[in-house]
Amino acid sequence: MLIELKGVHKTYDNGQPLHVLKGIDLEIEKGEFVSIMGASGSGKSTLLNILGILDNYDEGEYHLAGKLIKNLSERESATYRNEMIGFVFQSFNLIGFKTAVENVELPLFYQGVSRHRRQEAAMAYLEKMGLTDWASHYPNEMSGGQKQRVAIARALITHPEIILADEPTGALDSKTSVEVMDLLTRLNREDGVTIIVVTHESGVANCADKIVHIKDGLIEKIEDNRQHHSSVFGADTIMK
Amino acid sequence: MRDLFIEIWESIRRNKVRTCLTGLAVAWGIFMLIVLLGAGNGLLNAFMGDSDDFATNTMNVFPGVTSKPYDGLKQGRRIRMTEQDMEMLRQPAFADHVDKVSTQATQGGYAMTYGRRYFRNIVLTGCMPDVEKVDRIQMHAGRFINERDMKSRRKVAVITHLHAKNFLSGSTDYDRLLGKRIKVGNLSFVIVGIRHGAENEDDRAVYIPYSTYKHLFSLGNRIDELNISFHDLETEAEAQAFEDEIRASLNAAHRVAPDDKRAFWIWNRFTQSIQMEKGRSLLITALWIIGLFTLVSGIVGVSNIMLITVKERTHEFGIRKALGARPGNILKLIVTESVLITAFFGYIGMLLGMIACKVLDLTVGQSKVELFGESFKMLENPTVGLSTAVGATVVLIIAGTVAGIFPAMKAAKVKPIEALRAE
Repeated sequence: MLIELKGVHKTYDNGQPLHVLKGIDLEIEKGEFVSIMGASGSGKSTLLNILGILDNYDEGEYHLAGKLIKNLSERESATYRNEMIGFVFQSFNLIGFKTAVENVELPLFYQGVSRHRRQEAAMAYLEKMGLTDWASHYPNEMSGGQKQRVAIARALITHPEIILADEPTGALDSKTSVEVMDLLTRLNREDGVTIIVVTHESGVANCADKIVHIKDGLIEKIEDNRQHHSSVFGADTIMK
Repeated sequence: MRDLFIEIWESIRRNKVRTCLTGLAVAWGIFMLIVLLGAGNGLLNAFMGDSDDFATNTMNVFPGVTSKPYDGLKQGRRIRMTEQDMEMLRQPAFADHVDKVSTQATQGGYAMTYGRRYFRNIVLTGCMPDVEKVDRIQMHAGRFINERDMKSRRKVAVITHLHAKNFLSGSTDYDRLLGKRIKVGNLSFVIVGIRHGAENEDDRAVYIPYSTYKHLFSLGNRIDELNISFHDLETEAEAQAFEDEIRASLNAAHRVAPDDKRAFWIWNRFTQSIQMEKGRSLLITALWIIGLFTLVSGIVGVSNIMLITVKERTHEFGIRKALGARPGNILKLIVTESVLITAFFGYIGMLLGMIACKVLDLTVGQSKVELFGESFKMLENPTVGLSTAVGATVVLIIAGTVAGIFPAMKAAKVKPIEALRAE
């Protein structure tokens, strides 16, 4: 079992307490492609942040690859994030003053990998994303799709246990959205990367083999979507 | 380490405005500090520069006019000092403090000739041998007036090196003049020594033995001034008490009212130098306070910009944290960047400050002001010691680092999820 959540609770306390996650139990195997769906405010992003050790939780247990992730110091959680998790964000979150290849290199920088080997690895992943020619370009010189592919390359470079994608197509047009989702699907099928996508778009969620529906801080149902007939991409859906 | 520097270089290169602003604050702070201290030093040097030329343990007494009637004598009586006054002060009663008592006399307006060369307006000074020590006279060649000159009333003279140079047509081989004869007025003297003459002042005194002078000008018993050197006076109060004691004795000897302060003018170089030293240290303290406040404003500038920098980069730090940057990595990044920027611009500010001091020296430093008929330099050597300059720069660098550390620690502590939300 790669990911194991047991009775995870999370309450935000900004003035008045907001109980966002009300006991989440979830298990995800290695090599799965899972999407987490829910309306805004359902707690799906909070869940993703907890999965990505970007945020802590109040109650319950979270095991990632056998390790209990609870009450970690900033230092430990940084190390776990670096080694086990690759992030793909809606707004790409590339560093503006770094070129594509430098952005991709960054996680390896924090592992202390030498400059030369970092560059080599980053170029290999950019090539895989078809961005060799864009390696020395800055993010503001690239299209949204290109930026997201750079971000995916950056997420992959440390060979993480899981890729966490938070609305990866949220800032992209529908054509590029399809391309990015195809890319993620291919990574899952061909390279066996475990991928968890958070989205509120059914078309995006349909790419996954398993859809976790969240409502009001609880898992409503877990849908087996290996047939991918939940909601076809692009066809009369809510996709832009 | 190299990676860290490349990382910082990248961020500096891509954020030129921010970097330049920080740099400006630092460079300006150091620049102002150095120019200020330099100008202050110049002022100090210009006004206090002469005080080192004399021994400070001396007191000169000049006769004045009584201001009070006393002992049957009316006021307004002119005092005449005689050699008896010297003898009185040499008595064992004063031996606790009095070292030597001497006198000197001067007469100006003479022409001095050596061969075909001559000077006008020479001042002839009859002096005793102690003057060499009291006035800290430096000898270039030969010797100063000595006791044997005094005893035998020798017609010997000590001239300045400026005179000597002229006599030798610019040469500095002063030894050649020793034993040569010069004429002052219609009197002939043998040169026994060449002393250093102050170049910027009009130093025209030719020294001859007091006994010779007295004989030549038939002074008899009368003396023009009393030069007393003393010892074992530590404080201003002690010096003042000693001065009062001398005055009391002189007043008594000359039948002057004990509280009459006009019968004798006493110039006490010791109390004067203490007062000067007080003024000097006050000025130095004031300079340092102003300088430190300038430095503080530089530090505030640096910390302000560091604060803005850190705030501006919170989102970037969030990304870095999500990718695995530990709090230490973030801290190191900010602090190293702040140290590099402050060090670089601090150095530039220091250089510019020193150049400005040099310019000050070459412009204002060369001009003179007329005051009470004497000309003073406004600034003399307005520079700051290299150690002070480097010290101030180091202080600013350290302060810049400390200023950077607090926002950096805050940034390092922010949870990545919060940092990512910041924009």
